[in-house]
Amino acid sequence: MSTAHASALEAPATSRVKGYWKEYNSSVFSLLVFLLIWELVCRLGFISRFQLVPPSEVIVVMIEKFWTAPPDGATLFTHIAASMTLALVGFCAAVVVGVPLGLLMGWYKPVMVLVRPLFDAVRPIPPIAWIPLAILWLGIGIEAKAFIIWLAAFVPCVINSYIGIKLTNPVLIRVARIYGASNWETFIKIGVPSAVPMIFTGLKLSLNAAWTTLVAAELLAASEGLGYMIQMGRRLARPDIIIVGMLTIGFTGALMSYVLTKIESRIASSRRL
Amino acid sequence: MTNQQLSENYHRGKEVKVSVTDLTKKYDDLLVLNDISFNIYKGEFLCIVGPTGCGKTTFLNCLSRFIPTTRGDILVDGQPADPTHHDMAFVFQEVSTIPWLSVEDNIRFGLKVKRRPPDEVERRTEQMLELVGLKKFRSYFPRQLSASMEQRVVIARNFALNPDILLMDEPYGQLDLKLRYYLEDELIRIWQEIGCTVLFITHNIEEAVYLAQRVLVLGQKPATIKEEIIVDLPRPRNFADPAFVKIRDHVTDAIRWW
Repeated sequence: MSTAHASALEAPATSRVKGYWKEYNSSVFSLLVFLLIWELVCRLGFISRFQLVPPSEVIVVMIEKFWTAPPDGATLFTHIAASMTLALVGFCAAVVVGVPLGLLMGWYKPVMVLVRPLFDAVRPIPPIAWIPLAILWLGIGIEAKAFIIWLAAFVPCVINSYIGIKLTNPVLIRVARIYGASNWETFIKIGVPSAVPMIFTGLKLSLNAAWTTLVAAELLAASEGLGYMIQMGRRLARPDIIIVGMLTIGFTGALMSYVLTKIESRIASSRRL
Repeated sequence: MTNQQLSENYHRGKEVKVSVTDLTKKYDDLLVLNDISFNIYKGEFLCIVGPTGCGKTTFLNCLSRFIPTTRGDILVDGQPADPTHHDMAFVFQEVSTIPWLSVEDNIRFGLKVKRRPPDEVERRTEQMLELVGLKKFRSYFPRQLSASMEQRVVIARNFALNPDILLMDEPYGQLDLKLRYYLEDELIRIWQEIGCTVLFITHNIEEAVYLAQRVLVLGQKPATIKEEIIVDLPRPRNFADPAFVKIRDHVTDAIRWW
């Protein structure tokens, strides 16, 4: 006990920073080794240019793609904008429908009884399995793609809102009831606010699902978008384009999650949760 | 004066606020409340004491319509008890602050649900913050408070309503002695001031005798009323007063289940 106490006192902040640096350096090191092996494998001709290009070239192509359209027909920003629009349309539609539906299912038994069987039947079907039907119903425009993304993003919205409201502390429900609040008022004033943290978890899962499904949705006839870009890369046998597309999908997805997390912590801190 | 006479005098000419007749509650086969009948008078301070798990909380839950009764009636002013019509407040045994509302918004909550006018909401909230000594903590959130401070918020939220019927389910169990004594006196003061009907449930015999005009002793499950004790001591009451001790011992004997 006393030694632990002493070491805690003696361990100044700098040693923690040092430990962090050590970890950071090792991570950077392993990444550099990976890139080096990749570069060498390509440079030494172990692998064809049509299958993989060295990372140095990928970086150059990525920078060039910011302003050049060829060979896939659009600049990187156009692709990003197209994909984000699509993902956000699907995601927002899923939130607007899914969150209230989940909340109502969790609060009102009849809604639950009506919706549950249908929901449970649809839930296990992977969203991309809907693509053929979506094309038959909605054609090959943005509607069909947004529909697929909507399906993917919808499920976590419903489930998390449902669970969130089910977890409402029963004592708080009774607090509202004893003051004579109606069922609806109790739902709005107690149920919904208490479900907010779970709703946010659902939104994050949902955004993730939307972004993951994006590439598949853009396999439908498209002329721009990150999924389309990597698809074109395959057709043109340009692995550099594919990799740039893949990296951009990763970065953009991470950025959107980050923004959502920031919004969440803003709200959480205003509620001191 | 004998107990019999005391009891007769006490009941004479009082207006009934809550009347409970043949109240029975079963959870499946488990009989919790067995044919309980009694009246609570208008403006009365009634304590119910009984062993833990004897059905005290179940009774309150029936009264506030959180759970249906198996048999029997609970009438308030001659009509079936219903929180949407009757002006009730309830201090729960569990901490029941609303975690996403600040201290002051917690206190406003009941007033707002009851659609009291905004100036009244503000005035009452200020009074209550003062009363429970949480003025400095008005913008704090429940998570930042100690358990006893949270319970004070809940008490303030309920006192703020000037309710017609105040139900309290072992509200001071979590508090330290000093605060408990203080809030017991405050409760008496508020009760005398606004003349509400208070039903106070506790397993603390001393607390019951200190507060109540009348104590009902419940027996082991299934709960029945074992005895009624009128506490006709002047206020403020003194724990060391021989008359107080005598009544306390009497209640202890009546409640003794071991």
